[in-house]
Amino acid sequence: MSRKERNLWILGGIGIVVYALFPVAWIVSLSLKAPADIANQQFLPTKLSWTNYELILTGSASDLFLPALRNSFGICLIATAISCVLAMFAAYAIARLDFPGKKVILSTALGVAIFPVISIVTPLFNLWRQIGLYDTWPGLIIPYLSLTLPISIWTLSAFFREIPWEMEQAAQVDGATSWQAFRKVIVPLAAPGVFTTAIIAFFIAWNDFVYGISLTSTEASRPVPAALGLFSGASQFEAPNGPIAAAAVIVTIPVVVLVLLFQRRIVAGLTNGAVKG
Amino acid sequence: MSEIKLQNIVKKYGDGFPAVNDVSIDIRDGEFIILVGPSGCGKSTLLRMVVGLEDITSGELLINGQRVNDKAPRDRNLAMVFQNYALYPHLSVFENIAFPLRLTKGKFSDAEIDERVNRAADLLELREHLQRKPANLSGGQRQRVAMGRALVRDADAFLFDEPLSNLDAKLRGQMRTEIARIQRRLGTTTIYVTHDQTEAMTLGDRVAVLKKGVLQQCASPRELYEQPVNLFVAGFIGSPPMNFLPARVDGDRLSLPFGSIPMTPDLARLVEGKELVIAGFRPEHFEDASVLEPHRRDAGVVIEVDVDVTEWLGNELYAYVPYEPDAAVAKQLEELDRDLDGEGMRTQIVVALDAKSRIRDGDRAQLWFDPARLHLFDPETGTTITRDEDEARRIDTENEEERKQALERARLSDERAKEKAAAV
Repeated sequence: MSRKERNLWILGGIGIVVYALFPVAWIVSLSLKAPADIANQQFLPTKLSWTNYELILTGSASDLFLPALRNSFGICLIATAISCVLAMFAAYAIARLDFPGKKVILSTALGVAIFPVISIVTPLFNLWRQIGLYDTWPGLIIPYLSLTLPISIWTLSAFFREIPWEMEQAAQVDGATSWQAFRKVIVPLAAPGVFTTAIIAFFIAWNDFVYGISLTSTEASRPVPAALGLFSGASQFEAPNGPIAAAAVIVTIPVVVLVLLFQRRIVAGLTNGAVKG
Repeated sequence: MSEIKLQNIVKKYGDGFPAVNDVSIDIRDGEFIILVGPSGCGKSTLLRMVVGLEDITSGELLINGQRVNDKAPRDRNLAMVFQNYALYPHLSVFENIAFPLRLTKGKFSDAEIDERVNRAADLLELREHLQRKPANLSGGQRQRVAMGRALVRDADAFLFDEPLSNLDAKLRGQMRTEIARIQRRLGTTTIYVTHDQTEAMTLGDRVAVLKKGVLQQCASPRELYEQPVNLFVAGFIGSPPMNFLPARVDGDRLSLPFGSIPMTPDLARLVEGKELVIAGFRPEHFEDASVLEPHRRDAGVVIEVDVDVTEWLGNELYAYVPYEPDAAVAKQLEELDRDLDGEGMRTQIVVALDAKSRIRDGDRAQLWFDPARLHLFDPETGTTITRDEDEARRIDTENEEERKQALERARLSDERAKEKAAAV
C-alpha cells in the first residue's frame, strides 16, 4: 500500500467514524445543556449543566425513569439468558443431528425473524389482556424471546458447525457420554459464539420499543424506550429534549460496557490448535 | 491383552452402497495390523466401526470374545488417535492427556492421574510442554499429545487413523519409528489405517489390503510383496509399482512387447492352456546388463529396449521404457490403473537400476532380469497364477515367530531397564 493510498484510507475511516458518532455526540451535548440553553443554535452547550441528569435520576422524572431502567435490565437479561440456553440446545441439534424437519425449523426461525412486529402487537395486546400477562415481566419476556431466538439459533448453529466433529468423537472414544462431551468439550469451545449471541440478543431486547409501549401501562413493567416516549417537559410549552437526551446517554452506557467487557471473548479462533489447520 | 475379531463386517450407507463389504480379520493379541488401500477403499470406515463411531450394518465385531456391535464407543475401551489429532484446544497438554482419566469419576485419585500423565509424557518426551495449550505446539508435538491421550489409559487396543499424514516427510519418518517402538514396548493390539505403503510395510505385523470395501489380502508385508494374491495387491504394494505387461503364451516361451523369453518348466505348466496372461515385473528386479557380472548375467534373460526418460536419484536410477499395449488386456490394465488411483498416462514400464549404470535418456539399453522372479496373472480374474501357497505359509509362520520374538525382546529390555532403575 502506498503512502497516498494509506492516507486516503485513514481519511475515509475518520469520515465514517465522525458520521457514525455525530448523533451520539449530539445527544451527549444536548443532555448537558440547561433547559434554557437548548435552543442556543450551537452544537456545544454555552455552560455545562447537570440539571437534566438530576431531573431523571433524582428529580420529578425519576419516578418514570428509574423503574423503567430496572424493568429493562431485568426483562432483557432474563430474555437473553433463556434465549441463549434454548438456542444452544436447538443449534447443537441442528448442527449435529440429521432429523426430519431440520430445514423447517431453520426456515420457520427465519420467517419469525422477518415477520413485522407491528402486525402481531394488536392481537398480542388483546390476548395478554385476557390471560393476565398484560403489563407484567413475562408479558414482555415471551415476545422478546420470539425476537431473539431466531437470530440466536442461526448464529449459534453457525458456530457449532465450525467445531470439528472429531472433537466430540474423540471425547466419546475417551469415555465421555454425549452430555459430557457437550458440556466439557463443545460448550467451552462454543463460548465465544455464545457470548456473541448473548450480546446480540440483549441489544435486540434492549432496543425494542413497539412491544414495550404496547404491552405495558405502568412502571410495573415499562421498559426504558417506552418510558422515554412518555417524558414531559416542565410546562406543556417546553419540549422534554434535555431529559430524553440524558436518559438516552444513560441507556447507551450498559451497551458500551457490555461490548468492551466481552470483546475479548468474542474473538473467533479459539479453536486454533484443535486440529491441524 | 486383547483380541479383536471382525466377522463378515458390512457397512452400507443410505443409498445401499457397501462402503465395507464382508470383511473378516482376526487380530491377535499384541498384533500391529495395518489397513491400507487407495482413497475411498473403506479403511477409515472400518476403523470407525471398530471404535464405534459408525454403526455396523451386518456382521459381528468381537473384542476378547465379546460382541460389541451395539456398545457405545466409551464402553469399548479402545483408544484412538485421529488424523487431525482432535485435541481439546481449551485445555492444557496435561489436561488433554488427563481427560480420559478425569471422565472415569473417582476411579483415579489426583496423585494417580498426575503419575500416569507424567509417565505418558516421559514416554513421548512431552514433559516440558505439559502446561502449554495445543495451539502453541508444533505439528509433531500435537501428534504426540494425541498419542499421549491414547496411551494414558489402559485401553484394550490402539486405533490410529492416518496419524502421520499431516506431518512433513522427516517428522513422519521419526514418528513412524516412535510408534513402532512404543507399540513393541507396550505390546498393545494396534489397528493402524494409512494410505502410505512405507508405513504399511514397516509398521505392520500384518497388512490388510482393501479395495472398494473388499478385503483383498491380509498377510505379512513380505508375503504381500513376494506372494500377492492378485493384480491389485501386486500393483499396490511396492514403490515404484510393479510393471504389468501383456504376455502371450507361445509353447514354452512367453512373448512380451520387448521380445520373447523362455519359461521354466514349472512356469510353463502353470500357464498351460492359457493364451494370454499378464506378466508382472518389480522395477528393482531389473538390472543394467552392461554393469552386471557375467555369471549373474547368464542366470537370467537380457532384453533390448529403448529408454525414454531416466531419473537419477543418487542411490539408484529409474528408467522409463514405453511399449505398445496389447488390445486384449488394455482394458483390464486400464481398470487396474484406475483402482490404484493412477492417472492412466502412458503405457510404460519403470525399472530401478544400479546408480552406476550409464544408461541415459533416449539410449538403447540392455536390461537383465531373472524369469524366476516373474509374477503371472490371469487376465480375466486378476488372480496370481504363480502364487506359491507353501512359500506363503512359510513366510507367515516366520513372520509370526519374529513378532513374538520382538515382543519378548521388548519385554526383557523393559525389565532390564526397570532393574537398572531399581538398582540406582
